[in-house]
Amino acid sequence: MLTDDARAINTQHLGFTISPHEECGVEEAVRLIEANKGESVVLTLGPPEAVEQLRDAMALGIDRAIHLKTDRQEWDAESTAAALIEAIRADETSSGPFDLIFFGNESADSAGFQVGIRVAYALARPCVAGLKKVTLQGSSVRCEQEVDGGRDVYVVPLPAVLTVKEGLNLPRYPSVPGKMRARSKPMAESMPTRPVPRLELVKLAVPAGQGRRAESLGAGSAAAPAVVEMLQKAGVL
Amino acid sequence: MTVIVLMDSSDASKQALALARKFGEPQSVSMDAVQPFAPDALAAILARAADDMNASAVVAAGTERGNEVMARLAARMGLPLAANCIDAEPGDPTTVMRQRWGGSLLEEARLHSPRPLMTVAPHTVAADSGPPPAEVEVKPVAETDLVVRVVDHVSPSNGGVSLAEAKVIVSGGRGVGSKEGFTIIEELAGLLGAAVGCSRAVTSAGWRPHTDQVGQTGTKVAPEVYIACGISGATQHMAGLKGAKRILAINSDPQAPLMLNADYTVTGDLKEIVPAISAEIRKRR
Repeated sequence: MLTDDARAINTQHLGFTISPHEECGVEEAVRLIEANKGESVVLTLGPPEAVEQLRDAMALGIDRAIHLKTDRQEWDAESTAAALIEAIRADETSSGPFDLIFFGNESADSAGFQVGIRVAYALARPCVAGLKKVTLQGSSVRCEQEVDGGRDVYVVPLPAVLTVKEGLNLPRYPSVPGKMRARSKPMAESMPTRPVPRLELVKLAVPAGQGRRAESLGAGSAAAPAVVEMLQKAGVL
Repeated sequence: MTVIVLMDSSDASKQALALARKFGEPQSVSMDAVQPFAPDALAAILARAADDMNASAVVAAGTERGNEVMARLAARMGLPLAANCIDAEPGDPTTVMRQRWGGSLLEEARLHSPRPLMTVAPHTVAADSGPPPAEVEVKPVAETDLVVRVVDHVSPSNGGVSLAEAKVIVSGGRGVGSKEGFTIIEELAGLLGAAVGCSRAVTSAGWRPHTDQVGQTGTKVAPEVYIACGISGATQHMAGLKGAKRILAINSDPQAPLMLNADYTVTGDLKEIVPAISAEIRKRR
């Protein structure tokens, strides 16, 4: 269901969650810090409600959060990246550089496939995209990217930016003590100014159906001959 | 006016080429121009070609590789990128229609850019049938653009049919009931030379590995026939099926979204129907 101006989904009765790719990014960061010590930070640009997802990430083991608050207007990928770049630079100035920055490969909603890569370019760090496996090897990181017919392997020096996909790991569920601890973990907030988007949303629409009209081949096991005939007609049997 | 198209041998590239023709006379850069694959180097080649030819636009298929290289090009050139377009009209601004939410929503947008950068969502535009465009002459790239490059390849451990390339996929959902329940799915897949797929509910339950998952955050598939057994058909699952030529849904619930969006349906208990189909195939051999 869209809002009346067709510029957003009506979320009045919907809940929010961390997207699957990003959830795996959070899990990977927590595991790396558990194994190698150090600090992990979660960063998001989003409406006031996004504070819930930041607390969720801290319940999984992230140490602190940075919330770039929006007034619920949508930000395009280029503007989102610009705000994140500024926030990362500021944090690195005060707290030291990050060895790794994880992004989801693409967002579930807008699917621009570009925010992590833009941040990497701005910070002049190597970026490997679409990862299903990440292994630290001293001062470099070995990355596996799923492609047709297997996985391509990259090895890049730290610091690096990695964009990851669901399947990288199986994210844990937050524990009750984890949720308790998350309440007292530090959360920094700021409200960046939204630039005029160069990819400007005009309106959203629900696409027309794909024109498939289901033909019933029957019910129960009696339908088996009709299924086999369909497979033969399709040339796959 | 010249438009640059990043191309490989896929249909998705020919679809991107079809849309690119609206923006000028196409010239192509091959996805294989740098071997092994090095996405920053490809972005550098595209950027240079676009400048040298004063290209009106740069277009690629909205595949994983296409989106990745175009995002790098956009970052390098400091320009916006419209990913997964299904249509575009040149102008000032360029108007685009692009997919969101795995294709379950469309966004009409204005792309304010002196050089529109776009990727074309696979299976949304008819493929170009004209002659392949001339290839841009590729000049050497800087060492710094080769830091991110493929250094090795790992083959799939299961040795089975790859989901992305399978002609037939037999896929199971929550309705399969258990890890062991997939025995009948595997049996039918074996008889058809098919790949086994599954829904996100199945990987979350730990019944199948994530590599089998079909959908928005799994593999997007394009088989001749997709057989969905006990899959309700959430939009995130349907997002992975846009390339499927024929969908057969087997489900006890005739109102399940996948049953309403399939080409063929069989209503009933998959635990009876799937073995019956396997038996029928054996009988006819």
